[in-house]
Amino acid sequence: MPAEKFDVIVVGAGPAGNSCAYTLAKRGLKVLQIERGEYPGSKNVQGAIMYANMLEKIIPDFRDDAPLERHLIEQRLWYMDDSSYTGVHYRSDDFNEEAPNRYTIIRAQFDKWFSKKVQEAGALLILETTVTDLCFSGGKVIGVKTDRAGGTILADVVVMAEGVNGVLGTKAGLRPRPKPDTVALAVKEMHFLPSDVIESRFNISGDEGVVIEAAGTITRGMAGTGFLYTNKESISIGIGCLVSDFALTGKAPYELLEDFKKHPAVAPLIAGAEVKEYAAHLIPEGGYNAVPQLFGDGWVIVGDAGQFVNAVHREGSNLAMTTGRIAAEAIFQIKSRKDKFSAENLSLYQKMLEQSFVMKDLKKYKRLPDFMHGARDRLFGSYPELVSKAAQNWFRVDGKDKKSKEKEIVRSFVKARGVRGLASDAWKLARSWR
Amino acid sequence: MHLVVCIKQVPDSAQIRVHPVTNTIMRQGVPTIINPYDLFAIEAALRLRDKHGGKVTVLTMGPPMAEDSLRRALTYGVDRAVLLTDRAFAGSDTLATSYALSQAILKIGQTYEPVDIVFTGKQTIDGDTAQVGPGIAKRLDLQQLTYVSGVNEVNLEGKTITVERRAEGGVQILKSNLPCLITMLEGTNEIRRGSIDVALAAARAEIVTWNAAAAGVAEMGKCGLKGSPTVVKRVFAPSPRADKAKIIDIGGLTPDAIATKTLDEIFNRLPTIEKELTAMAQG
Ligand SMILES: Cc1cc2nc3c(=O)[nH]c(=O)nc-3n(C[C@H](O)[C@H](O)[C@H](O)COP(=O)(O)OP(=O)(O)OC[C@H]3O[C@@H](n4cnc5c(N)ncnc54)[C@H](O)[C@@H]3O)c2cc1C
Ligand SMILES: Cc1cc2nc3c(=O)[nH]c(=O)nc-3n(C[C@H](O)[C@H](O)[C@H](O)COP(=O)(O)OP(=O)(O)OC[C@H]3O[C@@H](n4cnc5c(N)ncnc54)[C@H](O)[C@@H]3O)c2cc1C
Repeated sequence: MPAEKFDVIVVGAGPAGNSCAYTLAKRGLKVLQIERGEYPGSKNVQGAIMYANMLEKIIPDFRDDAPLERHLIEQRLWYMDDSSYTGVHYRSDDFNEEAPNRYTIIRAQFDKWFSKKVQEAGALLILETTVTDLCFSGGKVIGVKTDRAGGTILADVVVMAEGVNGVLGTKAGLRPRPKPDTVALAVKEMHFLPSDVIESRFNISGDEGVVIEAAGTITRGMAGTGFLYTNKESISIGIGCLVSDFALTGKAPYELLEDFKKHPAVAPLIAGAEVKEYAAHLIPEGGYNAVPQLFGDGWVIVGDAGQFVNAVHREGSNLAMTTGRIAAEAIFQIKSRKDKFSAENLSLYQKMLEQSFVMKDLKKYKRLPDFMHGARDRLFGSYPELVSKAAQNWFRVDGKDKKSKEKEIVRSFVKARGVRGLASDAWKLARSWR
Repeated sequence: MHLVVCIKQVPDSAQIRVHPVTNTIMRQGVPTIINPYDLFAIEAALRLRDKHGGKVTVLTMGPPMAEDSLRRALTYGVDRAVLLTDRAFAGSDTLATSYALSQAILKIGQTYEPVDIVFTGKQTIDGDTAQVGPGIAKRLDLQQLTYVSGVNEVNLEGKTITVERRAEGGVQILKSNLPCLITMLEGTNEIRRGSIDVALAAARAEIVTWNAAAAGVAEMGKCGLKGSPTVVKRVFAPSPRADKAKIIDIGGLTPDAIATKTLDEIFNRLPTIEKELTAMAQG
């Protein structure tokens, strides 16, 4: 029997693969999607905050039936030392809008819902199947092989939406293995609590939700962050650092999480909860400079596999969705004009990406990973302590005059880092933020 | 030959949670799987089909989302999947479940080929009653072979079957007439992995979906909550035991010494028990 041929094979059913397969199937292309998990989402880990705008561009009426937990009305940014946090909180009733902007989700449920939509749109999905190899003919990708018995499945284009630790592209020599200093390892737990307890602890009601993003000594001088998100009846809490830093310090991720959970500002929020899920996953955090070649003869890369994560803003799934959608649009354009899926034609995908927020944002922060890494002992060690001490000095009323307090604070920073050191950190931060 | 395998979609018990406050089972968001015992039934049926030719039909009664389990069964290589779904079946206990399934099996026999063997798993991991298989056999007047660990031989001309049945203290070899119903024991085989062609066919397959009327289920009073005499009085999570188990070292002891030592341990821990037992023994 001759091998069956599809227009497009999409490897992976995370947000990137689902967005791509959905967009293609909606436009009438013959799409096969292959996912190794037992069900879509079974392998996937996210905080998880989902950004509505990017999903709306794919499924405008997603709010009708998508499994959403809470919409976010409050963002807390905490800079922490071992006993305190210095924070910026933003809360607004404007976020209680008709079509809210950000939601917490549970990926296992969300991915399943998304996948149902993909199948309804007409894509064929096979589960519990790992794509093991790309098949080439004359340097062009012409299909895939799987871990099931039987031959090659052919396609005009293969979309690699295999996530950060997908090995397919690497095995075929199309994508370098991510380096340890461009990927973070994050661990996450789900803590179950009745919804009314969550609502009273976070001062919210109904479907309102709160996000806490945290940095500081909680990562013990390693480059990383912690987070705490409210779901309907659970709290997601996690922490992650660069893999290279874990390797250097020999610290284990779960130790950080245990300490984070015990922090006096965090412990009361999760007290009495029942822990039911523990997960670990990589996050690509190398930014713009780590983005690999994204297209070639008969193939494109989307989502985490392409290092599309904005670590500063903790955006990943939205970049995954957007790159998946844009790849689909490029493929559709080429297909519509009955053209070949050559590298030259598929470069359209890259061009379209450059026009989108995806590449613009990654470019904006292109120096940040290096800065964070270089300054990690200060950013995640001495500075949070200095900031915390300064705040405490400032707020404690002890008969000392304010002028002296100001001087003490300035002196504490200068003593720790020197004027030049401070200036250099400030300048580098400003430059990498531009 | 035509083999019908009944499968049930169950919550993955490894991931089930009990609501800490209301003590009810939280099903929402818990992944569902094919009842693990039923996989042995599917594989046993597939092996018979491979040997003797014919078709394997899987049947489930459940909500529309039970389609996921049927589709998975198709990826193992079964030929046809039937979903029996109707609001009228909601709340079925084993009596009502076996009634609805038996009617659907009759209908499958009429619509496709006559049925030679009905397979079920030994029991489910959620209801755990092991009653549905025998219930179907009784209603369809089929020979029932329970706790079967292997099918030795099928004689299609003579319409007989020989199986091994695990019983207390040994293995029975049983011969029976066809058609029959088999409830399959766990650990008896390993479910196969379909080829890529099978997986593609499964993804495309149309799942036959019947409501009560389509399945020829006539007596609605025997269905769902109405047809279910089982009443759930209370659901609760067992409270975790306060005490840890204690291991008693009995190395090299005689049976008498073991008994004495064990009793000493128990009486030491629960001093009142000795008195109570003595009192009871004395009338
Ligand atoms: C702890 C944590 C918190 C995060 N928080 C957020 C957040 O709050 N907001 C946000 O937007 N992003 C967040 N992210 C990032 C976000 O999860 C990812 O950016 C997003 O999941 C990427 O989607 P994807 O589809 O590219 O990859 P994935 O979601 O990883 O999906 C890849 C899929 O491909 C499958 N696959 C891989 N290889 C093969 C193969 N060979 N054959 C078949 N299938 C294969 C996998 O099973 C998987 O289903 C977080 C990540 C982590 C780890
Ligand atoms: C005390 C108690 C209270 C219950 N309360 C409720 C309730 O309130 N509401 C409710 O909906 N359910 C309830 N159930 C569940 C329901 O009664 C049973 O799950 C159902 O009747 C099947 O019985 P079982 O799971 O014990 O299957 P078993 O008899 O253990 O299953 C044996 C085999 O029969 C087959 N089989 C069983 N069920 C099906 C099916 N649906 N489709 C196809 N094949 C099947 C499978 O091959 C299975 O391996 C309750 C069960 C119990 C024990």
